[in-house]
Amino acid sequence: MSLSNKALQLDDEQRLLHFLTIDGLDRSILTEILDTAEGFTGVSERTIKKVPLCRGKVVANLFFENSTRTRTTFELAAKRLSADVLNLNISASATSKGETLLDTLRNLEAMHVDMFIVRHATSGAAHFIAQHADPGVGVINAGDGRHAHPTQAMLDMFTIRRHKGEFVGLRVAIVGDILHSRVARSQILALNTLGVSEVRVVAPQTLLPSDARSLGVHVYHDFDEGIRDVDVIIMLRLQKERMQGALLPSEHEYFSLYGLTERRLAMAKPDAIVMHPGPINRGVEMDSKVADGSKSVILQQVSYGIAIRMAIISMVIGTQNLRTQEVAV
Amino acid sequence: MSDNTTFMQADGVESLIDVMAGKIWTLINDKEISDPLMVGIRTGGVWLAERLHQELGLRDPLGTLDISFYRDDFTRIGMNPEVHPSDLPIPVDDRHIILVDDVLHTGRTIRAALNEIFDYGRPASITLATLVDRSGRELPIQPDVTGLHPSLDPDQHITLIGPDPLGLILGAKTNRTSRGDEQDKDA
Repeated sequence: MSLSNKALQLDDEQRLLHFLTIDGLDRSILTEILDTAEGFTGVSERTIKKVPLCRGKVVANLFFENSTRTRTTFELAAKRLSADVLNLNISASATSKGETLLDTLRNLEAMHVDMFIVRHATSGAAHFIAQHADPGVGVINAGDGRHAHPTQAMLDMFTIRRHKGEFVGLRVAIVGDILHSRVARSQILALNTLGVSEVRVVAPQTLLPSDARSLGVHVYHDFDEGIRDVDVIIMLRLQKERMQGALLPSEHEYFSLYGLTERRLAMAKPDAIVMHPGPINRGVEMDSKVADGSKSVILQQVSYGIAIRMAIISMVIGTQNLRTQEVAV
Repeated sequence: MSDNTTFMQADGVESLIDVMAGKIWTLINDKEISDPLMVGIRTGGVWLAERLHQELGLRDPLGTLDISFYRDDFTRIGMNPEVHPSDLPIPVDDRHIILVDDVLHTGRTIRAALNEIFDYGRPASITLATLVDRSGRELPIQPDVTGLHPSLDPDQHITLIGPDPLGLILGAKTNRTSRGDEQDKDA
C-alpha cells in the first residue's frame, strides 16, 4: 500500500504529482511542503492578495460531501494563485441523476480542468480519481471517508512548527473520536514522519480503532493522564454524522470525561497550544473558555490552511506541467 | 560545477559596490529623491543590497523579494523547492524604490520583481541597480546604476557567490530543468 501510494504521488525526482495521503511520503517532502507554505504566508497581508503562479489553470473543487472551511480555504488558495476555480456541489448535481464518478471525471477533463480537489464519503475515492485522471491533471485529497485528510494534517503540522519551531522533542496528544477521524490518521502519520518524540491518543475504548497501537501511538483512556506534560493538544470533533449505534452514553458525560476545560489544560505544559480542526462542538469537546483562550490557535489553523493549500496546489500543478512536457517531447 | 573559474575576488567586488554606492548617491541627489526604499532580490541581490544599504545609511529597513511566485517559467520548471517569503516591511506606496540585483541578463527576473512590487502597492518610482550588466537581454529593461559590463559569450554564466566573502564566478550554463541544481534566476 505504501509503495503504491509513493508511486502514485511522486515522480522519479520525488516531486509531488498528486497529494492523496501522508502514507508513503518521507520527511523531506513534508518539510518541503511546510517550507513552501512559509513563502506564501505573506501573500494574505498584501494590497493585492494574489500571485500569478497558476494563472490560466483551472481547479475543480469536487465535493461529494459537505464542507465549508475546507472548500472555501481551497477555493481561496487556488484564487490567490490566480487559478480559475469551479465549485461542484456533486450531491446536488449529475451523480444524483445516475452519472458515474468516471463519467463526471471525463466530462470535467473535456473542459480542460487541470486539478481536482476531491472530498468523498468513500475511502479511496481520491486515489481512484488520481489513477484514472489524464497525465497533466493533479488530484488532491480533501478528505475521503475515514481514511485520510492530508491537507488538514499538513496545516496542523505547519501550525505546530510555527509555534514550537522543531518537531523533535515534542509530545503531542490527540484527543477524542479517533475511530471516525481521517484527520487523526493523517496527523499521526505526519507527526511520526516529522519525528516528534511521542504521539498520544486519548479516547474511550469505543472511539478507538482496534489497531490503534499499531499506528505508532501511546493509548490513554484517562484524559488527565494523557494530557500530562504535553506540548500540543489536538482536540477532535465528535463525528456525530458518522456514528451508528450507541458509542457514547451522552454528550454531557462525554464532556465530563473527555472535554477540555481550563482545569485539565493546566496539566499540560505551561506553553502548550490547543488545536481543533473545526467545527467545534462547544461544551462537548471543549469549554468555550478554552476555545477562545490564550492557548487556543484554532483560528490560526484556518489562516495557515490557506498557505498550506497554496503550497500543495502549486507544487502539484508545477510537477504535472513538467509531466506533460515530457510526454510532449 | 567543477569547471567554474573565479572571475573576480572579494576585494574587487567590494570596490565595485563602493563605486555603485557613489553612483546611487549621485543619482538620488540629481533626482532630488529623499529617503529611498531599498529592495534586494534573493539571493545575490540581497547580499549586495545589505552592503549598499549600510554604505548609504538609509533610514528605512531593507526589503527583500523572492520572485519564485512571479517567474514566467513556472510551467516549464515547476516549483522552486527553496522559496522564501518576500519581506517588504514598509509600504511601497508613493515611495522611491532602489531595486538591487546581482546580475542583469535576460531581464526576466526584473520583470517579475516589478510585477511583485506592484502587488504590494504603487511606488513613486523604481531605480534599478545591478552589480553586473551582461549581454543577452530579452526584455526592454536597462539598469540605472551598474558596477560592471563584462563581455561574455552566450553560453557563459556569471554568478555572485557569498554572502561573505563575495565573489564572482564564471562557468558553463547549468541544466536548469534538473532538480537540485541551483536555479539560474535570470536565464
